[in-house]
Amino acid sequence: MSTGQHRAPAGKNASPELRRVLDPAGSLVAEPPDVAEGDLVGMLRLMMLGRRIDQKAISLQRRGKLGTYAPLSGQEAASVGSVYAIDKGVDWVFPQYREQLAMLHMGLPLSTDLLQRMGHPAGSEIPVGVNLYPQQVALAAHLPHAVGMAWGLRLRRLAAVVVAYFGDGASSEGDFHESCNLAGVLKAPVVFVCQNNGWAISTPWRIQSAAESIAVRGAGYGMPGVRVDGNDVLAMYAATGEARLRALDGGGPTLLEAVTTRFGAHTTADDPSRYVVAEEVAAQRGLDPIERFRTYLRSIDRWDDEADALAVKWCDEEIERAVEEFDTTRPPDPAAFFDNVFVGEPKRLERQRAEFRAERAGR
Amino acid sequence: MAVLSMVEAIRSTLEAELRTDDRVIVLGEDVGKSGGVFRATDGLQATFGAERVVDTPVSEAAIVGAAMGLAAAGMRPVAELQFLGFAYQAYHQIAGQLGRMRSRSNGRFGAEVTVRAPYGGGVRAPELHCDAFESALAHCPGLKVVAPATAADAKGLLTTAMRDDDPVVYLEPLRGYRLVRDEVPEGDHLVPFGQARTARPGEHVTVLAWSGLVQVVEEAADLAAADGISVEVLDLRTLVPLDIDGIAESVSRTGRAVVVQEAPLTAGFASEVVATIQEEVFLSLEAPVLRVSGFDTPIPMPQLEDEYIPDVRRILAAIRRTVEY
Repeated sequence: MSTGQHRAPAGKNASPELRRVLDPAGSLVAEPPDVAEGDLVGMLRLMMLGRRIDQKAISLQRRGKLGTYAPLSGQEAASVGSVYAIDKGVDWVFPQYREQLAMLHMGLPLSTDLLQRMGHPAGSEIPVGVNLYPQQVALAAHLPHAVGMAWGLRLRRLAAVVVAYFGDGASSEGDFHESCNLAGVLKAPVVFVCQNNGWAISTPWRIQSAAESIAVRGAGYGMPGVRVDGNDVLAMYAATGEARLRALDGGGPTLLEAVTTRFGAHTTADDPSRYVVAEEVAAQRGLDPIERFRTYLRSIDRWDDEADALAVKWCDEEIERAVEEFDTTRPPDPAAFFDNVFVGEPKRLERQRAEFRAERAGR
Repeated sequence: MAVLSMVEAIRSTLEAELRTDDRVIVLGEDVGKSGGVFRATDGLQATFGAERVVDTPVSEAAIVGAAMGLAAAGMRPVAELQFLGFAYQAYHQIAGQLGRMRSRSNGRFGAEVTVRAPYGGGVRAPELHCDAFESALAHCPGLKVVAPATAADAKGLLTTAMRDDDPVVYLEPLRGYRLVRDEVPEGDHLVPFGQARTARPGEHVTVLAWSGLVQVVEEAADLAAADGISVEVLDLRTLVPLDIDGIAESVSRTGRAVVVQEAPLTAGFASEVVATIQEEVFLSLEAPVLRVSGFDTPIPMPQLEDEYIPDVRRILAAIRRTVEY
């Protein structure tokens, strides 16, 4: 019996073409996907919310009210286009940590996300019924979990997919490779969405990998690799939707590379002026995913100044409400870290908790 | 009751749980068609199908990580790592992810996963197969660590592990797989975690061990008895949770203790047991608590492993030293 290892070569080892629906100026260059009218507007509003959350979060961080924050500006379309293409009632999202907008769309309260970033245990609370896995700070470590979830959903005969997000840096981790390989073998219904913003903190893609792209690696795992303009929300929507349908049809996983741009620092603890030249930053601004989509929506009469003003007002109210909840959240119980470690708690840990409480009470 | 070997007890337990709980799924390298390199899953794929007994790629991190995802989807996965020495390649998933998921998600997601792995040496396996790094597992918050020494406990503890809502690493002594044979209760048999087993009662000294060294300690106890030393042998069975009360009760009665482990000496789990003993029953102690251990070297190549792993002679010497102190 053949082991299958001597397959015919697949041809030239070249990256797939960059897929676009809108060019950077916001003009249609391909057939747009079929998006519900409310969703067109909803996507732009969510992207605008993301930009404003960044501003607020960075300001809170500067005032010492928030911990390290990873801004999302420039990458709004990559999260929003992909998450809008799934059915949040049945599908699942497994985020890394720069997908706040996907998390919010799935149903995570913004205040919870802020609490997470200020290090409050309540920030780990994902409401029951929200199909969202905890954000993952260890790069790519959630990808095998995503494959397992997709596998389990199929075993339970549920027609659902998992969208797993990660970045270009994470694509160098062993967990990425092992997960893609396992998903390919199992034909697991998972869409791997790599937000390739070209930078892993200060490390550019050219020294992250000798591969031409992330998408080109799909072939090595027996899955399609798709390269999408990640700043084109409609292209992200279309590509994710197609990957989802293929997964639901039993066609297995897809490696979807969203080529995007990180406008700001890696996190508030990072100083990109040490490694990015100013011209590059300026060039990136020209790729603004929000401007692109707004221009398009205006051109098809789905957006105007009034819609813009209403969206800004909505963003401000959302943020204001979240910050108020965040501000009024009581400090955590000092012993909260003992909770939820075990279901059947070992006696030794029970004792530690009791001693901790007694010691604290005696202070 | 039937007399079974440990590996037979493990196999029949997996079979029983696959039969009674359709959420159970067995995954790992060579667990399906081949039935596992030690035959612990022999015939299970033929009975339950390739969807429930699954051959995976050679990919330890993905095996453990995917098991977590399966659990999040409502399954009850049992992941086999072919040798504990290969578990280093999954250690970031075990230490960094498996034990923390419940805490990281405020209880929304558990990790109802059992990770099985053959543990320790003594069977002339090639290098990098036979490690005993249970202390590095016991050091991971959120994990339970189980190490049976008998076939009956292999069944009872595996059943408990697979029905437990916490992640469990279940260590199977390589040397005992076929050699250890004892009567295994029929039907449902659960051994609760956190209860040491008195392998034999004694009066003069307590010797504590787990997994494959329990029988070696029992042999040493036989020889000590010929010298008039009555040894109590305590098989810890589970390292996390640890039976602190059981340990304290036994050592407070005998006043002397020796802890035996296969792992390297420094920062081994035996050190944890010694610390526990002195914290709990210091005033009962008649002698320093001794450790008999592997050495602070990598476990040697197979021709020398018997020199490394504590044997009857070294255990007996420590028993004598403690009693004569």
